[in-house]
Amino acid sequence: MRLLTHNMLSSNIKGVTNGFPLRIEVEKVVEKEVDLNPDFLRSMFSKIDWKALVHAARSIGYSELPDEADPSMLDSDDFLSRFHHALLQLHLEEGVLICPETGRRFPVNKGIPNMLLHEDEV
Amino acid sequence: MRFKTAQIRLVSSHPEVYEPCDDSFALVDALLADRSKLIEHKPKLCMEVGCGSGYVITSLALLLGQESNGVQYFATDTNPYALKVTSETLEAHGVHAELISTDIASGLEKRLAGLVDVMVVNPPYVPTPEYEVGREGIASAWAGGEDGRSVIDRILPIADNLLSDKGWLYLVTLAANRPLQICLQMRQKGYASRIVLQRSTDEESLHIIKFWRESDTQ
Repeated sequence: MRLLTHNMLSSNIKGVTNGFPLRIEVEKVVEKEVDLNPDFLRSMFSKIDWKALVHAARSIGYSELPDEADPSMLDSDDFLSRFHHALLQLHLEEGVLICPETGRRFPVNKGIPNMLLHEDEV
Repeated sequence: MRFKTAQIRLVSSHPEVYEPCDDSFALVDALLADRSKLIEHKPKLCMEVGCGSGYVITSLALLLGQESNGVQYFATDTNPYALKVTSETLEAHGVHAELISTDIASGLEKRLAGLVDVMVVNPPYVPTPEYEVGREGIASAWAGGEDGRSVIDRILPIADNLLSDKGWLYLVTLAANRPLQICLQMRQKGYASRIVLQRSTDEESLHIIKFWRESDTQ
């Protein structure tokens, strides 16, 4: 699971109002190199919750993102490569996503988060 | 190694996962028929709901390219075995999609709203008794309840929420699902539609319908 996906996932338990971002408990992180596409990063920037990305990256061991970011930074190759690395190249392979409101744990196995709910949670 | 669509010999399998069949081939053929439009469309985020064996999302990824082309893929399924098989199918073709074990798009609906440029859905469309819908394992791949519409009717509003302004939805339907009525229903939400492909097999008459927001001129 890439941090792009983490940035798009919220706790889906019935009644939860503040289900984003999910906290990350890490067991295993893998890095997979992929091509950098500046246009993709520039268009995704406004869709990404930056703070959540910074925290998620830090919790899986990558601290090279600036705390604050604004669109002018998208002109910098250095910024783009860090953004690219955090968003697409780091994968949470094994671990847990934790609902910030209820503490409900969503396991991540082989890179696949399990967001399936029990009947009483829907 | 790059292929035009997923290769059957490289598609993984499991007894509890629906294998690529006429409906899967019809959907991929519809995507191929729309290939130049899809490439011109320049989607950034693509998604499949109910990826099963992974045949369709793999084919879409082969058709549109990966990171270097600036495209990302998400695929969901309620059947954990399906995600395992999809992951193997993707890997065998050297492509990647982000996989999420969930019901339709649960957990993604808030943050992914309005971001999906291409969505493909081969839903459980077979008319069955209502109690067969939502069962675990392979039955979840076909059991569609009354008129085969139970799951389709749950997916459509979610698709509407997730699709971007320029978003396209490709949906597999059976004649028994009353596709025209689906189109009218989507028209009320502001969508135009077109049958991209129609195919009759021994057992079923399939329509692949494409939906797009009427405000978006094609």
